Amino acid sequence: MNNISYLKEKFDEIQSDSSALAGIRNKAFASYEKLGIPSVRHEEWKYTRVTGIFNDTLKIGAIHPVSVEVEDFESLRLPGYESANQLVFVNGVFSSGLSVILSPSLNVSSLEEAAGNEYSEIVAKNFNNSARYIDDGINALNTAFIHGALFINVKKNKAVEHPVYIYNITDARSEAVLSQPRSLVHVAENAQIEIVETYHTIGASESIVNQVMEIVVEKEAFVYYYKIQNDTTHASQVSTTHIRQVGKSFAQSVTISLSGNIVRNNLHMVLEAEFAEAHMYGLYLQKGSSHVDNHTLVDHAVPNCESNELYKGILDDNSVGVFNGKIFVRKDAQKTNAFQSNKNVLLSPTASVNTKPQLEIFADDVKCSHGCTIGSLDPEALFYLQSRGIPHKAALALLLQGFAVDVVSQIKPSAIRTYVEEMILERLSAEA
Amino acid sequence: MLRIENLQAGIEGKQILKGINLDIKPGEVHAIMGPNGSGKSTLASVLAGRQDYTVTGGSVTFEGKDLLDLSPEARAAEGVFLGFQYPVEIPGLSTTNFVKTAVNEVRKYRGQEPLDAVSFLKMMKEKMALMEMDQVMLSRSLNEGFSGGEKKRNEIFQMAMLNPKLAILDETDSGLDIDAIRVVATGVNKLRSKDNAVLAITHYQRLLDYLVPDFVHVLWNGRIVKSGTKELALELEERGYDHIKAEIGQEVEA
Repeated sequence: MNNISYLKEKFDEIQSDSSALAGIRNKAFASYEKLGIPSVRHEEWKYTRVTGIFNDTLKIGAIHPVSVEVEDFESLRLPGYESANQLVFVNGVFSSGLSVILSPSLNVSSLEEAAGNEYSEIVAKNFNNSARYIDDGINALNTAFIHGALFINVKKNKAVEHPVYIYNITDARSEAVLSQPRSLVHVAENAQIEIVETYHTIGASESIVNQVMEIVVEKEAFVYYYKIQNDTTHASQVSTTHIRQVGKSFAQSVTISLSGNIVRNNLHMVLEAEFAEAHMYGLYLQKGSSHVDNHTLVDHAVPNCESNELYKGILDDNSVGVFNGKIFVRKDAQKTNAFQSNKNVLLSPTASVNTKPQLEIFADDVKCSHGCTIGSLDPEALFYLQSRGIPHKAALALLLQGFAVDVVSQIKPSAIRTYVEEMILERLSAEA
Repeated sequence: MLRIENLQAGIEGKQILKGINLDIKPGEVHAIMGPNGSGKSTLASVLAGRQDYTVTGGSVTFEGKDLLDLSPEARAAEGVFLGFQYPVEIPGLSTTNFVKTAVNEVRKYRGQEPLDAVSFLKMMKEKMALMEMDQVMLSRSLNEGFSGGEKKRNEIFQMAMLNPKLAILDETDSGLDIDAIRVVATGVNKLRSKDNAVLAITHYQRLLDYLVPDFVHVLWNGRIVKSGTKELALELEERGYDHIKAEIGQEVEA
């Protein structure tokens, strides 16, 4: 997107109620002008080419009003929706009309509003923290176009009794659209929340979701975050999830990537309080010419924290997987436990994966390990199953399911876990 | 039941089986013994359909069907079972799920309805007791972290669940202490009937103390060079394979 004059025009159309946000937006736009969309020369984008998808035909979703009706949306709902809070973004703009809040412990408002009310301090303190970790134009582009952003607060001492389903809908029925959802989630002391996020493109034009979600976790709080990516093959996304643990707390993220054109996930776990615990799981199951890139970053800023990471990939046809796992252990972060593992199975000779663990350890009393594997399925295992009467195709599906199970089993809400298991089984049975 | 005629097979261009002849009838237990490298495991692999091996001549008929023409899964469904020398560890797949899938796939092949949960559980409990296994073991990932003895017990448990017509046990005794051998052999004995047969492949005679064979064959250099009754196994144990080699070496070379 080099059409700066178009972007500038659209940028000016967004009037921010909050002067605090206006300042951040202005700065971000200037950043974008300077940085632009990263090319493969950018170290963090070496294996993922996005200059082609961020092209000049894209319209900024936030200022192209669309009407997604309840009927359009109904078929997209996830199992268990009857007893889930439902938050909906349309083309990157939070739609309170389509949203349903069941849990009184959940405060939901627009970010613009929160920046000016009793939450202004929380917003000021935590908003856009992710920019400290990403120096590229894509993150700046999201921030520059903040409009209809979401603020969630989970009240102190409350566990949100229903999971929060967040639907990101992009209406690409009439034109190619760039959706840029933005949200800030604040989980107060001793609170708990489960978030399930999905992405759906309606219509046949190209779409990109450029999302940034920042989650702040206070002491004794628990966050479970699930991302399910199963959009169309003309839908791409850059999805940044920035989880910052400012108190001794627990955070878990599970990312399931099943379909899409180019999918890039930036997952950050920033551990800023002692004895915080972060768990990251990922499964990417790709076919066709899909490209999925998981960039994860764990920042051990203080002592006595634990992080644990397991990403698994199954790649068929011409699909491409990228895994980059960065772990920082700062000088003061003694007694850190940090584990990372990335395992890949290639089902076709033309599928590929680039995996790169990146550990930067500045403390001297830590336990850190990492490992990665790339292989094909063990023919002896396949023969073992066949020799018991299980046909080749079913045997392949069983083996791959077994490979995926330690990631999928981490999904806590059973309706979602079953849904994911079924989708995977269906895919594996069809593929084998 | 099984008729092997002049079977020749090899791997990567190397000829290993050089003309095997063997006839197994229902109710019989056959033992194939032989030194390392004689082709014992190759024979088991070829019968079960392991793809690395190429059959270059001869035929194998099982219940009137050309066995070599069938996929490994079809052979299993027809009633051939291979007990692996090295059972494979499969992370993420529980033994229960594995066996249930296998039993129902075999039933499907035979045109039967899948077993309902209650009948399956009942059958599983019965066979678990037979092999002295517990529920915890079966809900763990298949063979993962199992001891050698547990793996082999699991093999015979699977055999019990599939109830094959012909069980080929490929060095089931290797790596097992005498107590484990006893459990495994007792399990196999309990599964024997006048309608099924066992082909036990072993290097040592120990297993045959418990699994008493009707016939013993000595495999050497890709051929069955001597056949006899269970006394042959004892003789081999006592006098060693070198004795047999010396005895028949001349004619084999000729």
